[in-house]
Amino acid sequence: MITTDSGIPVDPWYGPPEEPGPPLGQPGEPPYIRGPYASMYRERLWTMRQYAGFGSAEDTNERFRYLLSQGQTALSVAFDLPTQLGYDSSHELASNEVGRVGVAIDTADDMAAVFDGLPLEDLSVNFTINATAPIILAFYIVAAQRRGVDPARLAGTLQNDILKEFLARKLYVFPPQPSLQLAGDVVEYCARELPRFNPISITGYHAREAGCDAVQEIGLTMAAAIAYSGHFTARGLAFDSFAPRLSFHFSSQLDLFEEAAKVRAARGLWYDIATGRFGAANPQSGRLRFFSGCSGATLTAQQPLNNVVRSTLQCLAAVLGGAQSIHVMGYDEALEIPTEESVRLALRTQQIIAHESGVTRTVDPLAGSYFVESLTTELRTRALALVQDVDAGGGYVHLLEQGVPQRWIAEAAYRSELAVQSGERVKVGVNQFTGGGEDRPPRLFEVDSAAGDGQRARLAQRLAARDPAPAARALAQLKETVTACENTMPAFLDAARAGCTVGEITDVLRAEFGEHREPPPW
Amino acid sequence: MRVVLAKPGLDGHDRGVKVVAMALRDAGAEVIYLGLRQTAVQIVAAAQAEDADVIGISVLSGVHIPLALQIRDAQQAAGVDDIPLVVGGTIPAQDVPALTGLGVRAVYGVGTPIADVVAGVMALDGGGQ
Repeated sequence: MITTDSGIPVDPWYGPPEEPGPPLGQPGEPPYIRGPYASMYRERLWTMRQYAGFGSAEDTNERFRYLLSQGQTALSVAFDLPTQLGYDSSHELASNEVGRVGVAIDTADDMAAVFDGLPLEDLSVNFTINATAPIILAFYIVAAQRRGVDPARLAGTLQNDILKEFLARKLYVFPPQPSLQLAGDVVEYCARELPRFNPISITGYHAREAGCDAVQEIGLTMAAAIAYSGHFTARGLAFDSFAPRLSFHFSSQLDLFEEAAKVRAARGLWYDIATGRFGAANPQSGRLRFFSGCSGATLTAQQPLNNVVRSTLQCLAAVLGGAQSIHVMGYDEALEIPTEESVRLALRTQQIIAHESGVTRTVDPLAGSYFVESLTTELRTRALALVQDVDAGGGYVHLLEQGVPQRWIAEAAYRSELAVQSGERVKVGVNQFTGGGEDRPPRLFEVDSAAGDGQRARLAQRLAARDPAPAARALAQLKETVTACENTMPAFLDAARAGCTVGEITDVLRAEFGEHREPPPW
Repeated sequence: MRVVLAKPGLDGHDRGVKVVAMALRDAGAEVIYLGLRQTAVQIVAAAQAEDADVIGISVLSGVHIPLALQIRDAQQAAGVDDIPLVVGGTIPAQDVPALTGLGVRAVYGVGTPIADVVAGVMALDGGGQ
């Protein structure tokens, strides 16, 4: 049987459906299946946002300046693992990892250095940070205020999706319930103070990269969105006060029509959930906007130049699906942090699709294709069934605590590995068409082995120069705020202003909340 | 055959190690997966307690060399440096000699067929003697 990558049977050809699917509506109108905006790329292209960050704040600032000089239209910050897990660069567990997979941030001063000389009020910045998201947001706000920029003018997205860390990305620190509390503190604070900022990006991307299929990707994302919305409304926030600022993040893989149909299905699903479950009165509460990350997991170490073609197809699928912002992978990402040359080619891929392919000239160009509409309906039906399974199983957070969806993903990853091994799933240059010699090995990015020492020295200087009394007061105040179950954002801001480090702040939370340990997978 | 698998360091990418665990299990090995953020001392203690025939670690954050060194040191300190250590993950070809120089018995970089990983690990049964 011929199927899509997620296993939906595919007929030899498609005609009008026997039963008409749900109404499509017009672009920019409920249920938003055809796109969140009426004019889409005719008026404004998607945001080209390459994920970048490594080494010190200065290294990352330099890469950002390069990307902006090449026509990138927004920034996306990658943080190193110690920053994401709330360890200072001087911590024993951090020793090898400082500046390795992202930039090292210990204090608000480091954040200021990352954005030195960049026009904060005109930039949209994405922060891929979750367990320590409120602290990083506080550092960014303080860095902006020191430059005289009103936080209300800051635009961008804080990933702040802790549930998918338990699910797939695995950079959690605290147990699920206090983690949700912190995520809610950010959402509540931003609804009041940062009107241009998306305080959370609900993400299916990492589950997909970890091995699940397109149906599970959107089903699990909707289950997470329901869990967050339920938590935020339970703490007294009106759904319409935060829902218009919710953003989403999906993967874009290689099954072109299924990937484009997938995000159309997700938009329809979210509109139904927002209006049906949460009684949205503001139509914008049900308008799904998303960032598309192309897929690292589909790229191959063998014949790496082939990855340029894979990424082009993935970017095209994201555009045909109506993405608001896109990251394209570097062709060398199966091997190392991308080089400047590889990042430029990834950005050029976006620019060629945007300016040369003509696909941006009309909105939702696949609409009305018998096949694509059939896929959209089928993906939506199957994903909704998954959402209902999650409800029946006791809800998303409960299942995550039991490790259930984690197991679904691992099993799907194993099945797809076996399919590659048996040749059932063709990977060009890997299990077929492997002859003809290897590509010239790419020139790999060279990591500065002194980056860690430099960052540790900088941290030591800052700690020596800071006034210890306000820092200690801010940490004590944070502890009181947590104990009193009040919104933590003001306390994080005070701690950031007092020069407290990400490790000091996280240690206060660790002491109060404890640390999460994952249930065994089997 | 008993294999202890673990993710040392702070890296959270566990797709690969779980696939390897399932493939080894299907090949008849007994797999003990320790999970994320394991220290060298924890991994070696578990390998001792489980009487492991092989220790496998997976690293995708680029710090495989210092982590492998820490585990080899911990093995020596515990007097179990005869348990073969294998390393998988995002490992550039030029780093393989450094790892084998530390006593790592096999390196499985990105793109290694899963059957090769299974065959290589199973061949180390009984310390590969």
